Amino acid sequence: MRQMSRRPKKKEKIYRRTLMIPAAVIYIIIFIIPTFSSFFFSFTRWTLKDWEWIGLDNFITFFREPSLAIGVKNTLFYGFVTCGFKVVLALFLALLLTQGWKMEGYLRTLIFFPTIISTMAVGLIFKSFMHPSNGIINQALSLFGIGKVYWLTDKRIAMFSVAMVDVWQGLGTATLMYIAGIKAIDHTYVEAAQIDGADVWQRFKYITLPLIRPAMNSVLILSLTGGLRNFELVWAMTKGGPGFTTDLLTTVIYKQYANGLYGLSTAGNVILFLLVSLIAFPVYANVTRKEEVY
Amino acid sequence: MKKKKRSRLLFQTAVFLASVVIYIIPFYFIILTSCKSRKEAARLDLAWPSRWQFYENCRKVFEANNHMVVRALGNSLIITVCSVTIIVLVTSLLAFVIQRRDDRSTRAFNLLILAGLIVPSSIVPTYWVLDMLHIAKTMVGLVMVALNISFATILYRGFMGSIPRAIDEAAIIDGCGTGRLFLDIVFPLLKPVSATVAVVTTLHVYNDFVNPLYYLPGAKNATIQLSIYNFSGQYGSDWNLVCADILLISIPVVVMYIIFNRQIVDGMVMGSVKG
Repeated sequence: MRQMSRRPKKKEKIYRRTLMIPAAVIYIIIFIIPTFSSFFFSFTRWTLKDWEWIGLDNFITFFREPSLAIGVKNTLFYGFVTCGFKVVLALFLALLLTQGWKMEGYLRTLIFFPTIISTMAVGLIFKSFMHPSNGIINQALSLFGIGKVYWLTDKRIAMFSVAMVDVWQGLGTATLMYIAGIKAIDHTYVEAAQIDGADVWQRFKYITLPLIRPAMNSVLILSLTGGLRNFELVWAMTKGGPGFTTDLLTTVIYKQYANGLYGLSTAGNVILFLLVSLIAFPVYANVTRKEEVY
Repeated sequence: MKKKKRSRLLFQTAVFLASVVIYIIPFYFIILTSCKSRKEAARLDLAWPSRWQFYENCRKVFEANNHMVVRALGNSLIITVCSVTIIVLVTSLLAFVIQRRDDRSTRAFNLLILAGLIVPSSIVPTYWVLDMLHIAKTMVGLVMVALNISFATILYRGFMGSIPRAIDEAAIIDGCGTGRLFLDIVFPLLKPVSATVAVVTTLHVYNDFVNPLYYLPGAKNATIQLSIYNFSGQYGSDWNLVCADILLISIPVVVMYIIFNRQIVDGMVMGSVKG
């Protein structure tokens, strides 16, 4: 392989750069220009046709106004909670689903199924499940003598309730990623460890866990960035309510956009951009470095 | 040994029951509720309906707001077909060059593409760009925005790596130019990954709510996901209709899942692993 990449550049000429143009044009229009210009417009009062430079005012407003600043806090909470649950639960499920059970296929299909249903539909259905008086969850809990829980209207737990629905929907992808990682492990390692007398826990800790590290990292990044950018589920279930207690940065961006405050909305976008980049890229860099070691 | 076997069986049964409660009941609820009358559906329980009226509910869903669902389905179909066609053509070409040609410009572009997987897109500036091109609030604009180039390129690039260069070289010696090499030799070999890209893009575009909300507002233009959202806002207390709506619009996706199970699973897992 190495020899091939050292081949004279002449031969690469057949892969004309012009072939990249169609994709590049689209990508520049819908991603690169908007991303770069967002930095400029976040410092302006903006009506789409006209802009006025107002310096850091948008960002100051964003962090001073509690209804806006809460979006930052909630986004972090939501991103880390959904990611944490997915990383741990999916690993547990993947280990169960690689034991050679008869119902493996059934379970795999089942947990992956919610992934293909639209988030909007999932959100609406779970909103009905979490209805305080009639919802299925509270009906079931009342059988055990547990009183009404206000899943989506109690300020203390509303954000968590939405996050759990996200975990429910996203667990399938994460589990399948782990399963792919586990299945790729060479059987001889496990057999050798068994002969040496390693018990289940030791085999997990010293063989499975280090070897599925790449899969775990993928799950981590995917669910973290997905969680930080979520919009649909919150919009379907609470619209940021009660009050502003479940507003994420994305819903704040939408609300300010709907209010016609385009500069402020874009400032929210820039904050989200920085947040995701500051969290995801170090994790990403760390991950790629670790992968090289194994 | 016997005791161990029994405890394992018990554990498996517990897992099975848990899976039923957590994963089957929600879908069972949707199907059951879509068959109920308004009053029974409002109880939000799992009781058997006293009278089955699935057909009636579906008709109401279809007729609501001057057949909004039908129009939305048409729009979603057009947008999906267009974006799938464009993305397969455009990103296969892009990945062909990026993977085969290793120089500074392709490497830089590759990094930019990767960034697109992680970084959130900027909403209002995108709208502003579309507006300048006079395609804001149009289907053309929405198709543009729906193109998830990063994701598709990563899938294509990964697969392209498994096609040996010797094939290219043989074709070049036989006198193929760039066009023939790609169209007659490489593109046909990419068929499996093209299928994956097409299927996963279809799912993404069909299930997408955010882009239509921003870039294609207005009831007349509604896409499928906007239509459920509007419908649930309007008929929020008619859970039988909301469930029938959700059931109806999920049918295409479920059929796709049954037919293209492998491509969907591969695409979602591979795309994210390689990313």
